[in-house]
Amino acid sequence: MEKRTVFAGYSLPALLLVPQLLITIVFFYMPAGQAMWQSFQIEDAFGTTTIFVGFENYRELFKKPEYYKAMGTTLVFSTAVAFLSLSISLLLATMANKQIRGATAYKTLLIWPYAVAPAIAGVLWLFMFQPSMGMVSKALKSAGVDWNPTLNGNHAMLLVIMAATWKQISYNFLFFLAGLQSIPHSLIEASAIDGARPMRRFWTIIFPLLSPTTFFLIVVNITYVFFDTFGIIDAMTGGGPAKATETLVYKVFADGRLGGDLGGSAAQSVILMIMVIAMTAFQFKYIERKVSY
Amino acid sequence: MAEVTLSNIRKVYPGGVEAVKAINFAIPDGGFCVLVGPSGCGKSTLLRMLAGLETITEGECRIGGRVVNDVEPADRDIAMVFQNYALYPHMSVYNNMAYGLRNRKTPEDEIARRVAAAAKILAIEPLLERKPKALSGGQRQRVAMGRAIVRQPQVFLFDEPLSNLDAKLRVHMRVEIKKLHNTLKVTSVYVTHDQVEAMTLADMIVVMSAGKVEQIGTPADVYSRPESVFVATFIGSPAMNLVKGVVSAPGMVQLADTMVACSTGSVATGTAVLVGIRPDEVVLGAAGTHRTAVNFVEELGPSRLYHSTFGGEDFVIQAPPKSADPKAESLAFDIPHHAVHLFDAASGRRIG
Amino acid sequence: MVEKRTFLSAILPHVVLILGVIVVFFPVYVAFVASTWDAATIANGQMGLRPGPHMLENYHRTLFVGTASSTREPVGNMMLNSLIMALMIAVGKIIISIFSAFAIVYYRFPFRMAAFWIIFVTLMLPVEVRIYPTYKIVSDLNMLDTYWGLTVPLIASATGTLLFRQFFMTIPDELLEASKIDAAGPFRFFKDTVLPLSMTTIAALFVIQFIYGWNQYLWPLLITTKDSMQTIVIGIKKMIVTQDALTEWQLAMTTAVLALLPPVIVVVAMQKLFVKGLVETEK
Repeated sequence: MEKRTVFAGYSLPALLLVPQLLITIVFFYMPAGQAMWQSFQIEDAFGTTTIFVGFENYRELFKKPEYYKAMGTTLVFSTAVAFLSLSISLLLATMANKQIRGATAYKTLLIWPYAVAPAIAGVLWLFMFQPSMGMVSKALKSAGVDWNPTLNGNHAMLLVIMAATWKQISYNFLFFLAGLQSIPHSLIEASAIDGARPMRRFWTIIFPLLSPTTFFLIVVNITYVFFDTFGIIDAMTGGGPAKATETLVYKVFADGRLGGDLGGSAAQSVILMIMVIAMTAFQFKYIERKVSY
Repeated sequence: MAEVTLSNIRKVYPGGVEAVKAINFAIPDGGFCVLVGPSGCGKSTLLRMLAGLETITEGECRIGGRVVNDVEPADRDIAMVFQNYALYPHMSVYNNMAYGLRNRKTPEDEIARRVAAAAKILAIEPLLERKPKALSGGQRQRVAMGRAIVRQPQVFLFDEPLSNLDAKLRVHMRVEIKKLHNTLKVTSVYVTHDQVEAMTLADMIVVMSAGKVEQIGTPADVYSRPESVFVATFIGSPAMNLVKGVVSAPGMVQLADTMVACSTGSVATGTAVLVGIRPDEVVLGAAGTHRTAVNFVEELGPSRLYHSTFGGEDFVIQAPPKSADPKAESLAFDIPHHAVHLFDAASGRRIG
Repeated sequence: MVEKRTFLSAILPHVVLILGVIVVFFPVYVAFVASTWDAATIANGQMGLRPGPHMLENYHRTLFVGTASSTREPVGNMMLNSLIMALMIAVGKIIISIFSAFAIVYYRFPFRMAAFWIIFVTLMLPVEVRIYPTYKIVSDLNMLDTYWGLTVPLIASATGTLLFRQFFMTIPDELLEASKIDAAGPFRFFKDTVLPLSMTTIAALFVIQFIYGWNQYLWPLLITTKDSMQTIVIGIKKMIVTQDALTEWQLAMTTAVLALLPPVIVVVAMQKLFVKGLVETEK
């Protein structure tokens, strides 16, 4: 898609592009390039000398059980959050899409958590589940559950999953609702005439027609869990206990800062970049997102 | 006001497509020229080159004697009415009309005077404070014309200005445009694919096809003496009948199964020709020399179309309702000499 | 309506939605309740679900005085920092991306596509994956602990440019042509036509980017070392001492409420623009 008519000249468009290109190159490409370069180097303990080591950092990385553990954690975390938040929001959107009173009010009441910072969402849930005086923890204790996310890795994982899911419901709800509203009503009527009961109608007509939205949301949710949940994890568990909630992104941060292993951290960054690029490419290829260039 | 002259104008797109091929013609001062042709014939491209919205690959375009090839659209002293009107959606009608004048530093009182005058001519005075969104199609069309009028340009350019209107409004606005031209007498170039618009508006029609000019002339010329098969079939509705034949003797053309007498002029005997006959120029009569079976009839009201076969080809006869029985199974008719157009079968050009 | 209205089918959606709303509101309500009690009540686990009597005191202390143990910085100041950061990111992003999109859509120049792709690829480079090298560059530029360091690296991204490009493509070509005939050059066309027509898109992008800016976490965490530069989202994290009873929960929860209020108000007040922005930036 191109404009039929344009303005002539090179200097004005160049001038208009300079700010964005400059910032992009300085703060995106240079760091990305540097991460790549660093991933092939080892720095000594004092940061005085660096040696080029080729793929050594990557080899080291894939030898470490922690890395696989972080991968597993990320997988569990993202699958759980994507599945939970998608199911809950699909249920809510389906209900809100029925022609009921107050549908717009429900919508308003459900979408605002999008605006809550992940770290703040983490703090809210942390408070409710704080082992000694949290409201929910007390209830759990009286029910006989020895709840302690600061010691029990599974509890900690559960907690970050809940917070991350809570925050993501609004986003998925909005897209599901839009998707549902774009399904022509005549199709629903046709299937009703064809004798499909409401449940059957949902699974045979609505759900398949919604699949582009669902598919899009799955990819978006995975990206969300990968990157945006950093704040949740850092505020709630700091990756602990015993690295039980350390995701791949969190590990890049932790290894580079606390461990000072810049080469290893850079290698992880590069792997993550490749993963993001793969996911974005996937998204473009299969979700009919048309950037017509 | 000015004369518009196009000399050897060509347009070749970067991909190598030649949209306009060496076009030459001149529009006299105050003339109303209609560029007509099927879509993709290059008429819009030609107009846009005149406006300065497309570069001219080759040739020379003059407005009022001045070569404008490299002149910006703003400096060509032209105004344009677009097919979708291109009104600025966020500006009131008044501001839409005033915008071009303001950009040219026209004093506000002068702008107000001109907008008021144009609004009066177009009867849109009550709409001046409205936004385009709040206007009907016909009103938007008027505003688009008002925007052109206030500029008092040397040339008006119209790019299919009526094609977004419904049929009834289109006829109405066509008349308005004609009246406007009679009042303002500004040189106008008008692009359309609608041959009725072309016939009714123009004092000069340029029929185009595949980037080339097929014929230039007055509406009457183009209708009564089409220079090519293309023009013959494009102008006039229902379209001219065309029947294959061979000149068998001076004054006589042999068709597949019959003969037609006509003036063959200097056309050599044995030349393969296409015989063109307008449906309404066929004369019905019981004593007619030709007879044909009627396949089916279309009733139009003021006239009737008899679909038949003649000389082995589909053949339409248009006749007043009273001239024959609507249920007639066959008709007898004559073809007057002057009603026969001969075209060279190979080149499609008019001969004889 | 296709469905027969039975009592169950009429009531079920409301039940499900009300449950959903409760789940969504509950954590925030608990935080609000906590922000109205004193430390002792909370620490003893006696808080309950009813607001307490210490609301004014807690909010006053949080906003203007600061917590005792972890940070001395009053939260009012942090909110100001957050506001400045969110506004700079939102406004900066709008400005540079509307300019770059205008250049890409309304001009033909060499390397135009290259420029587009350079911008486009940044979609795939979230700050989290290039965090230390970016930090290093900002520190080399002496931008640590400055508003510029906090915002400029987050200003450039493909989202805005793509959104504006997409919108500009929907502006009919004829408007530019009419403008050219009306003697408007690029500046006038931008100011008189493109900008007024883009207002909704700008507003939608502003809402999304304001939230994005306000909620930044990792970047300010690294870039700000001085207490006076802290944003509220970072500030709250520093108030929570995980392993310790030292956390002043009533103040932490007050801060949480204060931190989530501005972006939530923006979303609720400008819901239409928010939805438009969200749907279109993702498309």
